[in-house]
Amino acid sequence: MSIAAPRRGDGRPGALWAVPALLYFALFAVVPMALVVGLSFTAWNGLGSPHWAGARNWTRLLHDPQLAQSLRLSALLTAVTWAVQTLICLPLGVWCAGHQRSRAVLSTLFFVPLLMSSAAVALLFAALLDPNFGLAHTVGPWLGVPDGNLIGDPHRALWTVTAVITWQFVPFHTLLYQAAARQVPVQLYEAATIDGADRWRQFRSVTLPQLRNTVVTSSVLILVGSLTYFDIVLILTDGGPGTSTRILPLHMYLTGFSSFDMGYASVLAVLLLLAGTTLSLLVVRVTGFRRMASQREGLS
Amino acid sequence: MTTGTLGPGRPPAAPRTPSRTGPRAGRTAPRPSPSRRPRPGRGPRYRRPDRLGALGAAVWLVVVAVPLYYVLASSLRDKSDYLDAGPLSPPHHVVLSNYRTVLDSGFAGYLGNSILVTLSTVALVLALGLPAAYAIVRSRSRFVSAGFSVMLMGLAIPAQATIVPVYLLITRLHLYDTLTAIVLPTAAFSLPMAILVLTSTMRDIPGELYEAMTMDGANATHVLRALVLPLTRPGLVTVGIYTALGSWNGFIFPLVLTQSDARRTVTLGLWNYQGQQGGINVPATMAAVVLSLLPLLAAYLFGRRHLLSGLTAGFGK
Repeated sequence: MSIAAPRRGDGRPGALWAVPALLYFALFAVVPMALVVGLSFTAWNGLGSPHWAGARNWTRLLHDPQLAQSLRLSALLTAVTWAVQTLICLPLGVWCAGHQRSRAVLSTLFFVPLLMSSAAVALLFAALLDPNFGLAHTVGPWLGVPDGNLIGDPHRALWTVTAVITWQFVPFHTLLYQAAARQVPVQLYEAATIDGADRWRQFRSVTLPQLRNTVVTSSVLILVGSLTYFDIVLILTDGGPGTSTRILPLHMYLTGFSSFDMGYASVLAVLLLLAGTTLSLLVVRVTGFRRMASQREGLS
Repeated sequence: MTTGTLGPGRPPAAPRTPSRTGPRAGRTAPRPSPSRRPRPGRGPRYRRPDRLGALGAAVWLVVVAVPLYYVLASSLRDKSDYLDAGPLSPPHHVVLSNYRTVLDSGFAGYLGNSILVTLSTVALVLALGLPAAYAIVRSRSRFVSAGFSVMLMGLAIPAQATIVPVYLLITRLHLYDTLTAIVLPTAAFSLPMAILVLTSTMRDIPGELYEAMTMDGANATHVLRALVLPLTRPGLVTVGIYTALGSWNGFIFPLVLTQSDARRTVTLGLWNYQGQQGGINVPATMAAVVLSLLPLLAAYLFGRRHLLSGLTAGFGK
């Protein structure tokens, strides 16, 4: 039938329509990614021009005493935020999805922190955690910290930062779970009720399996996102006290823009890129997310 | 040339949950009852209330509400009142002087910069993303779908990791310490999500509508204007909100790519303000936090539904 159709009225946009966006993305996202690998072989203080330095920056990786600590802190932060956020957000999101009016009202309040920038959250908690005038003065003793110094103690600072990050991001993941829980067909619950399943049984046998995709999505976002927690730590602790909260992204930033050692910062940036790609590929592989995602998007 | 069978008015509205009602219904097979949109609400209505759930929600309510109350209450009290009465007591008397102090210290200018950056970023992302998404959905070009795959990989890139080369690029373009320097990379890293959302909105437009229009000899531009644009409006709103929120709250690009006080955005202004105060004047700092949040809070009160759906855009429906 295409023989009879006039060529003139094809009506489909040509490839040219996508060219501006692709070029733009290439220039400001793809080129920098390639460039960061190149810069990792140079010495540059941020002012003049980068000079070729061979593999010197890369061999420094082996002698950087900070690197091991930063990696360890980042891994710890990633694991803990993932576990804590998932444990809070999944049940909370399911609860928020309920039909009661009170739940809808409370959800509205729960989601307000979503609007706050990391800078705002960090300032808020910097004030709250002040051991002399903040809430930490009152709450500290309850947590077994009589002097209320939750943020200024090298052994507690990372846990405190983890708690603040959790406070900031729980609303977002709760929102994801709420939206997903609302999509669970109500017929499934009706059937479960007929079978005599109680509330816990329904949660385990109906809700959880139906939320599988969302658990994967939320986990990918938390894991990749944990490599970008940088602004909040910078403002809250600046990596301190000492270097006790100097996580990998912050180590990269401070190396580049505080010590002006752009070459070595680029090495660290490559590590971050690798970590991000590996983490998301891993989750995708393990869970078959690609298959599910492409099913939903109809990519072909 | 008219739109023929579509009639003079607007094409019918796109279905809101197209994954089950649209033409691809059969592909999301594992879910039962594919024909109807499931009723919202979880489970049957028990006679016994959900005590455990209510307890958990109450705990989280305290965790969320106390800091929010603290910001607001602190911003409305005297510095001496704050130091004397403790962090959580209500203000002795309500004062607005902290807001005055903050605005006089240059914060109004930061708000202006942030508004400019946010509007420019949103405009740029929509201008680039809309035609690209249209081409991805409707064009048969291999080149376009390859480009789309590259962009989707961009979703997993932490923007922070590219900050050194972006800094190099911006200085070489002689854009250092301009608002444009903030807009360019922010828009680039918002683009993958924007295109993902727009393509999935456009795929929900029934193919028959495209065919009906092309039968009448409409060219690609006309189809975009008369069919795609009106039906993609929810997606455009979503993308606008998502992009605006990201660029309003952006921190690393302004931090690294600008320097002078005149180019400072709100997030940087907040940090800088705290630095100036040495953490001493908490009420004024909290007033600055409230000011930075105010435009978003207003948007939240008026368009909560749009805003929330904008935030979860692209992460499954």
